[in-house]
Amino acid sequence: MDIKLPLTDEIVEKLHAGDDVRFTGVIYTARDAAHRRMVEALDKGESLPFDIHGQVIYYVGPTPAKPGQVIGSAGPTTSMRLDRFTPSLLAAGLKGIIGKGGRGQEVRDALKQYKGVYFIAVGGAGALLARHIKKVDIVAYEDLGTEAVRRLEVEDFPAIVCNDIYGGDLLQEGKARYKLSVT
Amino acid sequence: MRDIDCQTIKETLARLCQEATAYLPEDVLQALKEARQKEESPLGQKILDQILENAELARKEMLPLCQDTGTTVVFLEIGQDAHIVGGNLSDCIAEGVREGYDKGYLRKSIVDKPFSARVNTKDNTPPVVHTEIVPGDKLKIQVMPKGGGCENMSRLAILLPAEGKKGVTDFVLRAVEEAGGNPCPPIIVGVGIGGTAEMAMSLAKKALTRKVGKPNADAETAELERELLEKVNALGLGPQAVGGRITALALHVEVHPTHITSLPVAVNIQCHSARLKEAVL
Repeated sequence: MDIKLPLTDEIVEKLHAGDDVRFTGVIYTARDAAHRRMVEALDKGESLPFDIHGQVIYYVGPTPAKPGQVIGSAGPTTSMRLDRFTPSLLAAGLKGIIGKGGRGQEVRDALKQYKGVYFIAVGGAGALLARHIKKVDIVAYEDLGTEAVRRLEVEDFPAIVCNDIYGGDLLQEGKARYKLSVT
Repeated sequence: MRDIDCQTIKETLARLCQEATAYLPEDVLQALKEARQKEESPLGQKILDQILENAELARKEMLPLCQDTGTTVVFLEIGQDAHIVGGNLSDCIAEGVREGYDKGYLRKSIVDKPFSARVNTKDNTPPVVHTEIVPGDKLKIQVMPKGGGCENMSRLAILLPAEGKKGVTDFVLRAVEEAGGNPCPPIIVGVGIGGTAEMAMSLAKKALTRKVGKPNADAETAELERELLEKVNALGLGPQAVGGRITALALHVEVHPTHITSLPVAVNIQCHSARLKEAVL
């Protein structure tokens, strides 16, 4: 399914765990240090470095761009590390997240509560995924280097719906489907 | 006695860092292609296709396979008749890493003050260096850029001797299952059994340097590897843990004698981007 960003309730209502999607539009990068700062800003009642309503955050810390490249290799990082920050951002209007690996119960509950979707991209396919990133601008926390918040313009960026708004969970369902009993 | 110059070691390190991060080893590539044939899950197949396409693109254009260009783990086998000249060995290894990560446009992921300020050292140093003295007059250098996603899933247990093979099996399966999609399956599982606590983990890491799927020379250990791999793949995690037949490409076990009261077992996981490059000087 092709998705034009930003996300809306109408779009996320159509998504189910296991669906293949391709994003075109703007996504924002943020990982550990940037999340800490964003959640601290929210706690103090300050505004975030970008309007988060309907937006998608991609957990990525790219390699430096080589001359002539827009961005270096840019695959997803482990999402679990961001679990403690995610419910606050979903409450603030975040609609989608791209990472890798499973999420804790608190995030799965928050996705249902705030109608957000967690997507996974293929971890370790950073060179390939970077090809779908057409433009990069640093929007905040430049001092964080690879962890700064970047605004990415993406085209047909491939991802898979992992946790939908209905409680569907691709990792749990997939494991149950393929588990074998070995004596 | 044979002289080996520090400058040569440094240049070799710089080259190995750049090549290791862009060129997936042939044995890993082969294992991934076989996994693609065997995988039954449609999503798992698509993921393996992307992984293979990524490897081809990275090789063709000399791009980092993964944005996490890792902690630089360096294995040295130093011949006892080799003589390192022209500098301090640790310094020249660090300089090689610094140069490789700079020239290769690789990500610098190492932070100092790990429990407090976490300040990036900005050149990916210091590397983690394992040294072994061996017969001969050569120096073998292996560079393994080790990603955080899989390294963070390492597990160590000191089992009771009475727990035996079943205890080892249960521990390995639990480590892989709990790791889920975090270490980027299909993974390679390194298992170290015996020795002391630090040696078991070191064996588990060393197990990851073996050619993918090459069985242990000891028949009993090779049999354990086969059994464990079958059980790991029966977990059903599959590529990126979306469900599937291929959770691990291989499982390697290294064993060492241990104390009469102990049964240490360590698990060190490698992601599908199992980067490793070596040179012999």
